[in-house]
Amino acid sequence: MNNNAVEERNKRYGKYVSAVTPTTSFWKSLWNSFWIGGLTCCIGQGIFDLFKLAFPSLSQDILGNITSMTLITVAILFTGLGFYDVIARRGGAGSFLPITGFANAMSSASMEFKTEGLIFGTSVKLFSVVGPVVVNGIVWSTVAGLIHLILFGRV
Amino acid sequence: MSILLTYLSVFGFGGLFCSLAQILIIKTKLTPARILVLFLILGIVLEGLGVYKYIFAIAKAGVSIPIIGFGASLARGSIEMARQVGFLGAFAGGLVRTAYGVGAAIVASYLITLIFSPKSK
Amino acid sequence: MSITLHKGENCGFTEKVIISPPHKQAQKRQQVILFENPPRISGRMSVVGEKEGKGPAGTYFDKVVKDAKWGEKTFERAEINMLMSAIKGSVTDADLSENDVQLLITGDLLNQLTSSNYVARELSMPYLGLYSACSTMSESLAIGSAFINAGYFDTIVCATVSHFATAERQFRYPLEYGCQRPPYAQWTVTGAGSTVLTKEGKGPRITAAVLGKVVDFGTNDLNNMGAAMAPAAMDTLLALFKETDTDADDYDLILTGDLGKLGSDILRDLMLEQGYYLGQNYIDCGNIIYDVTQKCYQGGSGAGCSASILNSLILDKMERGQYNKIAYLATGALMSTQSCYQGETIPCISHAVIIER
Repeated sequence: MNNNAVEERNKRYGKYVSAVTPTTSFWKSLWNSFWIGGLTCCIGQGIFDLFKLAFPSLSQDILGNITSMTLITVAILFTGLGFYDVIARRGGAGSFLPITGFANAMSSASMEFKTEGLIFGTSVKLFSVVGPVVVNGIVWSTVAGLIHLILFGRV
Repeated sequence: MSILLTYLSVFGFGGLFCSLAQILIIKTKLTPARILVLFLILGIVLEGLGVYKYIFAIAKAGVSIPIIGFGASLARGSIEMARQVGFLGAFAGGLVRTAYGVGAAIVASYLITLIFSPKSK
Repeated sequence: MSITLHKGENCGFTEKVIISPPHKQAQKRQQVILFENPPRISGRMSVVGEKEGKGPAGTYFDKVVKDAKWGEKTFERAEINMLMSAIKGSVTDADLSENDVQLLITGDLLNQLTSSNYVARELSMPYLGLYSACSTMSESLAIGSAFINAGYFDTIVCATVSHFATAERQFRYPLEYGCQRPPYAQWTVTGAGSTVLTKEGKGPRITAAVLGKVVDFGTNDLNNMGAAMAPAAMDTLLALFKETDTDADDYDLILTGDLGKLGSDILRDLMLEQGYYLGQNYIDCGNIIYDVTQKCYQGGSGAGCSASILNSLILDKMERGQYNKIAYLATGALMSTQSCYQGETIPCISHAVIIER
């Protein structure tokens, strides 16, 4: 067979495979990610409001930081106890898009490579899943900062 | 009443962003990592354009808890510091502002690693 | 979950061949080896994890290990123990001692064949390590049979192993990482199977082997292994049918390795397109190892999947006389995680052996 015939065959096979491959039930998984994601955000808002009630003098920024730190810690604890992934199997994007998903990705990698030791395992692989988020976040936010500096100058 | 409304909007917006990401997962071949980066950059862009604070005023935790909030936070730190300190500030600002969360995540992950081990499913 | 299959339609996946009517002249043999001195299967042992033990074939397995770590510190150690236990068990089953074994042929899924090499370190046997992903079991049987047929050795042990937790780490994400699998994904089997081949004996004979070609139909979805591997199974099965002048009905059982439900449906379609109907006598190890309720999507996969099923359920039924002639084709996907990120498609292979009573 020449290359064209192979390509043609592969294309047809690909089409056939996507016709017979079962797909995720769209509305159900959408609804699951909606309510699990929404609920996570509500819990975040709840933590924020509680800390605001308890410490009215704290600034908005500090309260926000406390909220995300609390959520992160809880998510990591859930990961350690081994049921974050059970929630995530149902929640899909509802559990990886919130900051809790970031925490889960980091701690699961950290735990997984514990067997290679705390230095070469855990410490090396800690960012193996969340690396893209941290790297892209820093690069593009720096770009945003520089653009603002050029456009609007120093305060 | 206003509290209920706030939480309803937090739930709605939070769920909306998550289900948008879910649609991307189902309908495209994008991996979770790519989608996270996509939403992160969305947050940086929103903050860079100055739109984020208007969305935050309505959605509150609904937009700050998803990764969009992390991106916006990074961008805001970088922008603020760049304008206060100058050129060098742009590099440090994002990290300084988000250091609380990232620091907590690293320390907590390390601690949890000392205690627990992953289980076979 | 209903699948619309294009039964009988010529989709043009394969070169149009003129199918000779069954039982005409056999083609020149290129891939098939017929053994003149067929080796016997005198001993076997299967070891599986807890999840597999709860599956439909659970009662047939020789040993079900409840602890996924086997009391060890790492899952890798557990995998080594599992393979070791299967090998030793099969040697005992054949009424032999470890010193009688002249060659050990094993394989697994890990980088550098870690589990196999470490097992071989602890057994003083001449050793060949094989990597052919999930088709390692049939490849090792084919090679072992060829050695015995040629008269170089009298006793050879063929074994493979896979472990869910170690495969997951190597090919996918950390265990506790929360991610959804698509419904067409498969679940790596925690299990090991070992077969002792001897020159003399009473067990079933391995009468032929079909060495597969690498087949790639351009599938690049790492989760959709069934669709990637089905063409390879088809290629080998066609070679078997054509070169030995047989038909699906000539076998009591056609057993594929780990295509899963989706993959085996695709294989049926592909074969039908070639004019062969796979009926009730076709089953897939990955499809039968788990129950639907166990949430393993399309079924099991991994080198241990077909090895554990073959060495328990299938050979057991064969010894009891339920099957007289089976074709066992394990299929393997030969990609690496890097090659997939580099945009390569998944090359697949399938080797087959014919086992007769």
